[in-house]
Amino acid sequence: MSLLDKLDAVAAARKALLPEGLEVFGTPIEEVYSATEARVGDRRILFLGTNNYLGLTFAPECLQAAHEALDKEGTGTTGSRMANGSYSGHRALEREFADFYHCHSGIVFTTGYQANLAMISGLAGAGDVVLIDGDSHASIYDGCRLSGAEIIRFRHNDVADMEKRLRRLGERSRSTLIVAEGIYSMLGDQAPLAEIVSIKNAYNSILLLDEAHSLGVLGKTGQGLVEETGLIDGVDFITGTFSKSLGSIGGYCVSNHPQLDQLRYISRPYIFTASPSPATIASARAALKLLRDGTELRRQLWQNSRQLYARLKALGYQLGPQPGPVIANILDSPQQALMLWKGLLDHGIYVNLILPPAAPEGKALVRCSVSAAHTSEQMDHVGDVFAELRKSIFQ
Amino acid sequence: MATDYNDILLRLCFHLKQFTSPDVIIIPETDLINELAIDSVKLLNLVMEIEDEFDISVPLNALADVQTVHDLANLIHHIKSAK
Repeated sequence: MSLLDKLDAVAAARKALLPEGLEVFGTPIEEVYSATEARVGDRRILFLGTNNYLGLTFAPECLQAAHEALDKEGTGTTGSRMANGSYSGHRALEREFADFYHCHSGIVFTTGYQANLAMISGLAGAGDVVLIDGDSHASIYDGCRLSGAEIIRFRHNDVADMEKRLRRLGERSRSTLIVAEGIYSMLGDQAPLAEIVSIKNAYNSILLLDEAHSLGVLGKTGQGLVEETGLIDGVDFITGTFSKSLGSIGGYCVSNHPQLDQLRYISRPYIFTASPSPATIASARAALKLLRDGTELRRQLWQNSRQLYARLKALGYQLGPQPGPVIANILDSPQQALMLWKGLLDHGIYVNLILPPAAPEGKALVRCSVSAAHTSEQMDHVGDVFAELRKSIFQ
Repeated sequence: MATDYNDILLRLCFHLKQFTSPDVIIIPETDLINELAIDSVKLLNLVMEIEDEFDISVPLNALADVQTVHDLANLIHHIKSAK
């Protein structure tokens, strides 16, 4: 099969699954009105799948900071930090992230995806082992591949299964990097961090926790699962992203290990890419302040999340195991998921459609992500639409 | 003592039966993807069962070269023998 034939096969598979003319992936958004509303075609829609957990994408403080940076430092850095230098904003944000987590140091990356790629491939190499949760994000899998280390999976959130695999490694557990996530992006459940830390200590391994979906969501000041559980000292490296609760784009890692800084000289996803633009860094810095002081935002976020989760559960939808801002409706077939996704869009609600193999266990998901910027009335309306669709699609 | 290859093959075929219809005949040359329709997700789940069955760890990296039932049995045999 030629290179282009392979792409034709991909197109044929997608065509067989998806109706003609329906742009499920990369739906065109014509106008964005606010953190929660936009226009698709000629329809005003409610965003319910954007991971904009704190609703900060239009926060005046973030907009102003981005505007000022744009005027002062231009549209882009046009190169990597190693070649083109580190702007004051990059350095300041790294210091602010380290302070936020009360850690020794921090590194900023161009995207959250690259943060995981850079950290995993920088920490582990040939001869080492990376032990990952089966439901890990693609950035974790790709980081593992880039590292050249042996990749071993454990069953999702199953600490007994994780320990069994460490035991099998024997002495190699000492050169093993364990990777878990604060909140898992597809099902919205949290890692059993206390047990993971305890096992990691017993086997002298290193633990990296990705707080991409838990930053701003969990913990008194929004640090994530490390703060919610009081276990920050048990985690060696914390990664995360600016593209969810911070409403910008970029990634970070913080650690108390002084060796973190050496990643700047060996990690290809850090070295060989352009650094974040001044405006994205400036808005992320402003958002981090709002996030840290965002107790009221978190209260509203959790109120909305619990309200919608309880309503969908009562309607009989099969959901992820834990209430939270990521609410996954688990469907038995891609066709069911597609009908629900389209039904929601026809009612002006835009969510995420996740089809196999991206969905865990070969299922299909209709994934909602709730925001602090949503209102209780909007959650009621979403619940009403789900109720109507349950009757028309599933009964 | 290293587990015999034929014993591994037998036990592996037992696991593979769970992923296929009962009338499918599995032989060492059977192609996992094209003949048994074991996609990447099913293969990863199968590997976890195999790991428990043989008390081994199969690195995901090693699966890139696995095409047939024989390839998988051989990989398990190799890992088991190296323990």
